[in-house]
Formats: sequence, C-alpha cells, structure tokens
Amino acid sequence: MTTQEQTAQVVDLITVVIDGFEVSVPKGTLVIRAAEKLGIQIPRFCDHPLLDPVGACRQCLVDIEINGRAFPKPQASCTIPVEPGMVVKTQLTSPVAEKAQKGVMEFLLINHPLDCPVCDKGGECPLQNQAMSNGRAESRFEGKKRTFEKPINISSQVLLDRERCILCARCTRFSDQIAADPFITLNERGALQQVGIYENQPFESYFSGNTVQICPVGALTGASYRFRSRPFDLVSTPSACEHCASGCSLRTDVRRSKTLRRLAGDDPEVNEEWNCDKGRWAFKYVTAPDRLTHPMVRDASGELQIASWPEAIAAAANGLRGKRAGVLVGGRTTVEDAYGYSKFARVALGTNDIDFRARISSDEEREFLASRVVGSITSNADIDRADSVLLVGFEAEEESPIVFLRVHKQVRKRGLKVTAIASKLSIGNEKLKANFVSVAPGAEAEAIAKQELTAQSVILVGERASESAGALSAVVALADRTGAKIAWIPRRAGERGALEAGAIGNVLPGGRPVTDAAARADVSAMWGVEKLPSEIGLSSEGIFAAVNSDQIHALVVGGVDPHDSGNNAAAIKALKSAFVVSLEIRPSEVTKIADVVLPVAAVPEKSGSFMNWEGRSRFFEVAVPDSLNRSDVRILSMIADELARPMGISSVKSAANEFAAFGEWDGAKLNFSPVASVPVPKIAADQAVLTSWRRLLDESSLQEGEDNLAGTARKSVVVISPKRASVLGVADGDSVRVSNQHGAVVLPVLVEAIHDDAVWLPRNSLGSHVLATLGVASGSLVTVVKD
Amino acid sequence: MTTLTPVLSAHWDEKDSFTMAGYKRHDGYKAAEKALKMEPDAVIQLIKDSGLRGRGGAGFPTGMKWGFIPQGDNKDHYLVVNADESEPGTCKDMPLLLANPHVLVEGMIIASYAIRAKYAFVYVRGEVTHVVRRVQQAIQDAYAAGYLGKNIFGSGVDLELVLHVGAGAYICGEETALLDSLEGFRGQPRLRPPFPAIAGLYARPTVVNNVESISSVPSIINRGAEWFSSMGTEKSKGMTIYSLSGHVTNPGQIEAPLGITLRELLDLAGGVREGHQLKFWTPGGSSTPIFTAAQLDTPLDYEGVAAAGSMLGTKALQIFDETTCVVRAVLRWSEFYKHESCGKCTPCREGTYWLVQILRDLENGKGSEADLAKLLDLCENILGRAFCALGDGATSPITSSIKHFRDEYIAHFTHGGCPFDPYASTLFASAKAGA
Repeated sequence: MTTQEQTAQVVDLITVVIDGFEVSVPKGTLVIRAAEKLGIQIPRFCDHPLLDPVGACRQCLVDIEINGRAFPKPQASCTIPVEPGMVVKTQLTSPVAEKAQKGVMEFLLINHPLDCPVCDKGGECPLQNQAMSNGRAESRFEGKKRTFEKPINISSQVLLDRERCILCARCTRFSDQIAADPFITLNERGALQQVGIYENQPFESYFSGNTVQICPVGALTGASYRFRSRPFDLVSTPSACEHCASGCSLRTDVRRSKTLRRLAGDDPEVNEEWNCDKGRWAFKYVTAPDRLTHPMVRDASGELQIASWPEAIAAAANGLRGKRAGVLVGGRTTVEDAYGYSKFARVALGTNDIDFRARISSDEEREFLASRVVGSITSNADIDRADSVLLVGFEAEEESPIVFLRVHKQVRKRGLKVTAIASKLSIGNEKLKANFVSVAPGAEAEAIAKQELTAQSVILVGERASESAGALSAVVALADRTGAKIAWIPRRAGERGALEAGAIGNVLPGGRPVTDAAARADVSAMWGVEKLPSEIGLSSEGIFAAVNSDQIHALVVGGVDPHDSGNNAAAIKALKSAFVVSLEIRPSEVTKIADVVLPVAAVPEKSGSFMNWEGRSRFFEVAVPDSLNRSDVRILSMIADELARPMGISSVKSAANEFAAFGEWDGAKLNFSPVASVPVPKIAADQAVLTSWRRLLDESSLQEGEDNLAGTARKSVVVISPKRASVLGVADGDSVRVSNQHGAVVLPVLVEAIHDDAVWLPRNSLGSHVLATLGVASGSLVTVVKD
Repeated sequence: MTTLTPVLSAHWDEKDSFTMAGYKRHDGYKAAEKALKMEPDAVIQLIKDSGLRGRGGAGFPTGMKWGFIPQGDNKDHYLVVNADESEPGTCKDMPLLLANPHVLVEGMIIASYAIRAKYAFVYVRGEVTHVVRRVQQAIQDAYAAGYLGKNIFGSGVDLELVLHVGAGAYICGEETALLDSLEGFRGQPRLRPPFPAIAGLYARPTVVNNVESISSVPSIINRGAEWFSSMGTEKSKGMTIYSLSGHVTNPGQIEAPLGITLRELLDLAGGVREGHQLKFWTPGGSSTPIFTAAQLDTPLDYEGVAAAGSMLGTKALQIFDETTCVVRAVLRWSEFYKHESCGKCTPCREGTYWLVQILRDLENGKGSEADLAKLLDLCENILGRAFCALGDGATSPITSSIKHFRDEYIAHFTHGGCPFDPYASTLFASAKAGA
C-alpha cells in the first residue's frame, strides 16, 4: 500500500479543541482517546480501549461544549465520541472537571483498604498512581469502611479481594465481550456490589489471566504470583510466547534469574493486549528441579555419565561420523535453531532426512506445506476482513486461543460467519456461533468439497487436517476453486518457522524445493558447500521406519516426545536401536535411551524468534541473562565443527542474519499432488471411530508443576452422541470404556453434539493419554462400552 | 378555587370499577375501537396536539416520544409501561391500577397501534401482589373479549400484552434499567445513546411510558385534544393525579388539573394533621428538593415547581408538620438511596454510603458546622456526576433541607442530639391524642 492510498483510506477526520490545542481524529474517536493523542492524560478506571464503553467509574469527567453550547454538567470522556465544533476542557483547564475528578477519586478511596504496602499491585497500580496525580492529599472520610473476607478464590488461579475492588467492571466485561466466557458477574448492589462467580459454573476460562492484568487495582491477583514480588524488584523483558502458533507478544518479569510472571504484551496486529492462561501461567518448567544442566554420555555399561562439553561434543560427532543419519526437530524450536537443524542436516550430515513434525503427519501434508504454506502471507488482517471463516481440523480455542479471540471479535462485531467441519461441536465453536458441519472422523474431505466460499473467505486449517487423508487435498481444491485464502495454523510455536527454515525433507530455507537445481545452487552458494542432497528426504515416520529397517543408524533429536508420533511403538524401537544425540531441556523418553544428551537453553534463557502462523517474526531477547544454557544452533554448530563440516553459525545472531539473507524463493514451488480420501471404516454396534484433540490446558510437559493452572483445565470426559448413549444405556457422568488392542481409556461420559459414528477423547489430559494408551488418535476403530 | 377534574379516578368509588363490566359501563374500550380506525400517525398527532406530558416525573411530551420511533424500519417495535412506582411518597399508579386496570390496557392498545408495536409489556413492581392480580385479570379479560391477541377488534391488528413482575429494586424504575430487568438481566441503567426509541428492549425501538401517561390516552381519543388541553396551564396540559401523604388529615389521591396549589389540595384533604402546622413538603417525591409553607401557592405544574427551585416529579406530596425532625427525615431518605443505589457508578454508590454515615452522626449530635460544609460539598460531587438520576435525587433532600433548615441541623450538635421527640411525629401519636 502506498502512502497516498493510506491517506485516502482515512476519511472523516474531525477536529476538536482540547485544553486549547487542536487535534484531528477519525470520526467515532472517544474524547478520552483524542486527548491521549495530544498527550493529555485524563484519569480513568473502567475505560479500556478494547472493551465497550461503560461510563461506570466517572473518573474521566471533563467539561464539553459543542458549537458554543456547553453541557450543563461534566461528561464522561470515555463514552462520548468527538463531534465537529467540540471544545473540551479537562482537569488541566477546567476547575469544574478538576473538582469532579477529585471528588470521584475521594469516593473511590473511602471503601478502599489502602493496603498498598502488602498489595501485589502496589507500585504499578492505576488507582495508586492516579490517586497521587488526580486525588486529594488527605481523605475527609471519617466513617467506617465496608469490609469483606479477603481474598477469595474465584478459580484455582485467580484470587479476588473485594475490599480493593472499585467495581469498574473491566473483568466482567472482558470475560463477556472478549473471551465469551461470562462466568463472572457483578452481583448485589450499592456499596455491597461485588464481583462474583456462579454457583454451578466455575470461572474456568482459558483467558482468565487477562482479568488480573487489566484490573486497575489489586482486586484480582494471580494465585501463583501473590506475595511473590514487588513490581520494582522485577526486570521486564519483551518476549514472545513459546506455547502456540498464535505468536503472542509477552512481557517476562524476572527476579534473581527466575521468571516470576508473564504478562500479555501489546501488539494490535497479533494478540491486541491479551493472551491465554497457558501463555501467562505455564513457565515453571524452566526452573523445574530436573532441568538438564550438564552434557551426558552413555558409558559402556549403558549408564549416562556427566561429561564435559568437549567430551560430549566429541562423543556426538564420533557417533554420527560416517553413518546415515536423520534429524528430528521438535515443534517448539526458534527460527534460528530450526535453521541450525536444517543446515546441520544438509551440511554436516549430507541428508534431507529431516522433519520438524514431531506428531502425526502425512506426505500429503508435507507437499501441502511446501506448495501452499511456505511463504504464504495470510494474516490476522485477513480474518478481520473475511466474509466467512472455515475451520478444518482446527479447534481455535484449544489449539490457537488468540486466533479464537480474533475470530470471536469479528463474530461479535459484525456477525462473521464461521463454519466448522468437525466430528464434535466444541465449546469454542459454540461461542463462535459456528455452523457445525458434522462429519465422521476421516470423512472431512467430502464436506470440505461442498463448501461455498469467496475470495474474501479464509480457510483456517489445523495440523490435525493431516490426520484425515484427502482433507488437505480438498482444502487446496476449494481454495483454487473459490479464491479463498488458506491459513495453516499448527499447534506448536515453532512449526511455521521450521518450515520456512527448511527443517523438512522437501524444502530448503525460504521454501526452495530440494529437487530444484537452481534452488540448490542458491543455497549451496550461500552455505559455501559444493553439493546438496537432491532427493526429497524422509518424513519423521519414514525416518523411524528407515532406522527399523536398518537403513539409518543415527538420529539427532531435538525436543521430541516419541509418544506424540503417529506410530509410537516404531518410534521407540527406532530410538532404541540407533545412535541418538538428544538436545533437550528436561529428561524425556528420549533421554532414557539417548547415547549423548546435550542440555539446551529454554526460551527465557536465550534470544531468538518464533514465526507465528502468519509467518510473522516474533523476536525475543534473553530474559534470564545469566543462564549457562546455550541455544540449539550453538551446540549443533560445535558438533559440525567437530565433524569438520563447519556451519559457520555459532550464535543465534549469526544464524538469524544468515537466514534473513536468503529471502523468499521466487522460483516455482513444489507441485501438490492431490490424495484421495479413504472410506470411513464400517462400524459394528459397539464400535466407533475415534476422534480427539489436545485441550489447551492438559498434561503437556510445558505445563508440569503449574497446579493452579491445571485447576481450571476442562474435565476429562468421553463424548458420545445421544443416540449412542441410549444404545449403551448411559447418561452424563456414567463410566464408559474406550478400547482397542493396545489399551483402554475409562472416563465419565458426556452426551453431546457429536457425529453418531464418532467417539471423542481429550488427547493428552488427566486419565486420557490417547496416543500412549491406544496408539492412535483419530480415524481408527475403537470399542465403546459401558464400564 | 380550582374545579376538580376526575377522569381517571371518576369511577373509583364504584364497587366493580376494576372489572370489564364496570369499565365498559363508562364507554370502556370505545377509544381503542375508535383509534384503530384512525391512521396510526393521526393518533400520534392527536396526542401531540393534546399536550400530554409524561406523568412519570420528567414531563417529556408523550406524543413526541411516540414520534421518535422510526417507521418502516422492518424491525419489531415495543411498548413498555413503567409501573415500577417506587419513589418514596408516590402512590398514584398503584391505586389507579387497583381501581381501574382496564384503562391502562386500553391505553396500551392505542399506544401500541400508534407506534406499530405488536408486543407490549407492563413492568409492575414486585411488592404489590394485589395490583398484579388485578392487572393480570384485566389482561386476561381483554384477551377473552378479543381486545388483545390476534386481529383485535376485528381490525386485522395483532397485539400481545405481557405482564412482568419486578423483584423490588428502585433503580428498575429508571427506564433503561427497567429494560435490562425486563430482558432478564440485573437492572442497571444503560449508557445512552442509543436511546430506547432507537435501541430499547432487545435492542429494538421501544417506547417507555408511565402508567398514568398511557392511561390518559383513551380519554383524549374519546373527548379530543382540545378537551384535554382545556385543562391545566399553558405548558402543562390536562388532569393528573396528586398523591398526598404524611401529616395530612385525609391522605390519598386527588385528581385535578395541573397547576393546582398545595394550599388548595390541603383544603380538599382536610388540612394538615389537626393541631399542627405545615413544616416542609415534597412536591414530587423524595428526589425533589423540599418546599416549606412559603411555596403553598406555587402552581403545581412542570414550570411552576421548577421556577420555585424544585421538580414536579411524580406529584407525590409528602406533608410534614412541625413535629418532624428534618435531619431524621433526610437520614431516612438517604438510607433509602444508599440501599437502592445499584452500584454501577462511583459517586452514587460510594457517595450515598458516605452521606448516610455523616447524617447518622449529625442526627446523633456528633458533628460540627464543618460537617455541613462537607455534606454540601459531597452532594456537589454527586449531583451531575453520577451515571443516572438516582444519584442526583439522593442529594436533593440534603441540599434543600440544609438550605431551609440549617439552624435545625446546627441545633443537633449544639443540643447534643436530636431535639425532637420522634414519637410526636408518628401518626399513632396523633391518633392517641385524638382519642
């Protein structure tokens, strides 16, 4: 867009005078925000730019006249949009406004306990600050304050101190308007008004932490942070969230090398000012007592022994040297680390056998990624403009919660049409008022083909689309037919970056096809190597199979859990038989069998960047500066040196610079060859087709130790349709057993809107570790019986 | 002497005034039949011409309010009748509904037709079960007679009328809080704009009218705008119901043309309690600044009362004689406002909480002149700073009583407590004395 076009888009500017200064703002701008443009700060509490105006606290009263006609009384500047001919006098120029504001501030403080010295918010509290800037030095209140029991838990992670609350209703409006979780509300009246929860509906919102962040006083506090620190003892670092591909900007607050809390950062194009509870409250894994701190090498007796770095690097290089090796990259690497793995595979190991998809995946998906996703620029702005959104293999609220908020905002603001092709109607899709197209697991392709979209539509495709053969082919066909945009939204934070970095068997950095000689020439020139492998490499499952058929003998594994694989038995067998170099932050299944274990830095201990699902770079600096742990790329570089095949990227910065120098590939992308769908298996009366997804809050390794967070996880249930429930003779809460030849999961049943042929389980929740127990996750036959 | 004009209350003394038969005996439902044969816009014009103004307190012209409803917008329109009469001292809508519920039903039929509403709601306060029963019966009878439901009066027009019973919150008399409550939410006033005429009940164009305003409509249809505007004063047309309570010989409702004075009304009601003199009174309920004997001849119409520094409000004339401690009376009112403040906005929520504590101290003789200054300053910080008029109303009795009775406030702390005998001001005290 040119500057001229940008100017042309901004229409209807209105000029108003505030405290004697003219300012021009777009029509509809609230007075309080027009004043901000001039640097005039009008005190406020209930006002929040992302919430609907409410005018409840009355702190922002100003004098207003329009074309010479003055309002008879001061007006709340947070509720009144600018108008032509408006003259505003704030507390700076109007004694009436100043007195009104001081009066309101005095009222707010009469029932406030003024316990700032023991309040978490003290030092960063809008009430404290504005009481100093716009209040009276001393209160005239000599009566009795209203008291409440304090604090009370409104969920396992949020505490409420009703004495401190000034009833601005930010928390309740957020929960209702933004999160669509109206689980808290104001009740009682007068000075006894208070925030409350419902009797039978707990405050189990994935976004509840935002209420703590936007509370303008210390009324809502996080259970894990309460009394842990004072804001002025914290060192804050802008950072990016490692939990999912939404790519939230965060602020990490560290004291004495320990992360004490994380807050949502302010990024209007991505997460606005919100994040999810996982991003906010799941970080103790970094300081877990079992963190790997020293390199280890397995000795002749099969025991891991602590080793020096040179020893361990030499052992790794010796084990890899001369062997055909594969590289398995976890889904949470930074772009720089993924680039390191990508270059390490090609330069140090001379192979394209690399895959970042440490999960169920398919070759159809790999072609889809190389042909349709790499370099794609579908973005949040496309969702904002979309005429409709189609969800395929994607549960936004569970798998990319900030995308959920984005879609929900448009649903609320302008009734954006959402269609979900899924086997089960989810809570999130109900909140999006989605048109639920119910399909049997595996029958997605047929339903996708029937959709009618336009060039203004966006198809949000999740990683689980790869679990249904032909689904991605149908998505490609639909996009080609209608012009709709494709947005691939993986669950993990590192996958899009790893794809762009070429940590996959069919493309090199920047989406360059490995089969394209010109592309290879580009890359080999950049890397200063003579030749790059030209065959498309193996996928992760292919690599495990190759190890098990004795073709590959060594594996470099970065943060991969074999139980996430589509065939965990084959994965574990392969890891046991190959020479394994493991780069990890904490002991895992791989550590148990690895030959060399190399500890790496966790996100707060390193710098780098993630690429969110849009392909947008999310750079972050080191938040814990004195960590001794190193980023993966640094360690890979040392191994490459030891192998005498240097990569020349010994730091995150050099890796970032080198990757940036590549730019996007402007040649032809790989072709996409459509794959036919597989017929849904016939089911017997006691059988069903399994479907599952991971819930946002579950038993994932990055949430370990966060008990307060786990307290708000949705309960584990097995979901069946009303028809199946009546056949089985079960009702909500009864025990149901879901089993196959590998094992069984027994959970209370929930009868809900789900395809009659399907049964749903949470993939990795308490009592339901589907892949580890059943060895399958979706599309397979299971037996469903009353327990 | 003003001639009384009983219209709404003309037949309250008949035994069956509240029944369909009783109502029809006096041309009941003739106005609706007539109005349904007129153009809706002509009905609105007729009401505009009559000069009828809202009887709920604010005095907004009723016809103009109806005219604000956008027509031809392909949206449902709603009529909502505010029968949440809760203002202390006000007792006109409840007796009206008790004695003549059908006049409201008929008025609602006409008003709904005029604004093209197919649904109309009556929001009655929850405490008045006996009134609720009579309105319910009247609605049922009107349905049975074919005046409500499908094709009413054979005119092809449909109208559903729903009775909703509130749960006892003063704030729900505020029209937008009433709409919230009617929708099933907690009653708290809404941010305006949008005004109810654009986005009211269920975000649809809605007219909210007082019971008395709507009940006045059938008589205007029957007898014409000129007849109506022949009563009252220049800008305050028609008859209205004044309710007298407190230290008055015969408390109750008096229907008179707007502009009658308290002196006349007191004469009609047998005067102030025997052996006592008028000390102060409210012209329109506790939210309107109090008057003293000096305003006995103030015309009780919208302009007259405003010119004298108060508001006509709901025409709730509470009469207090010289036995009454004004501080105690104001404290009672303030406790009411504190109890009824909805809690949404700071000045009203915290201000009423604070005012009560200061007033309680003053009544108990604890305080000084500085506290009066503080009290007035706090009122200044509430008046015009609150979200709705409840906060403003809470300050009226305080500021006006200090204006008229400053010495009495001071007497409380020079005297070391309230100088009055609270027993003497009770009605049972006079009953005993009289016996």
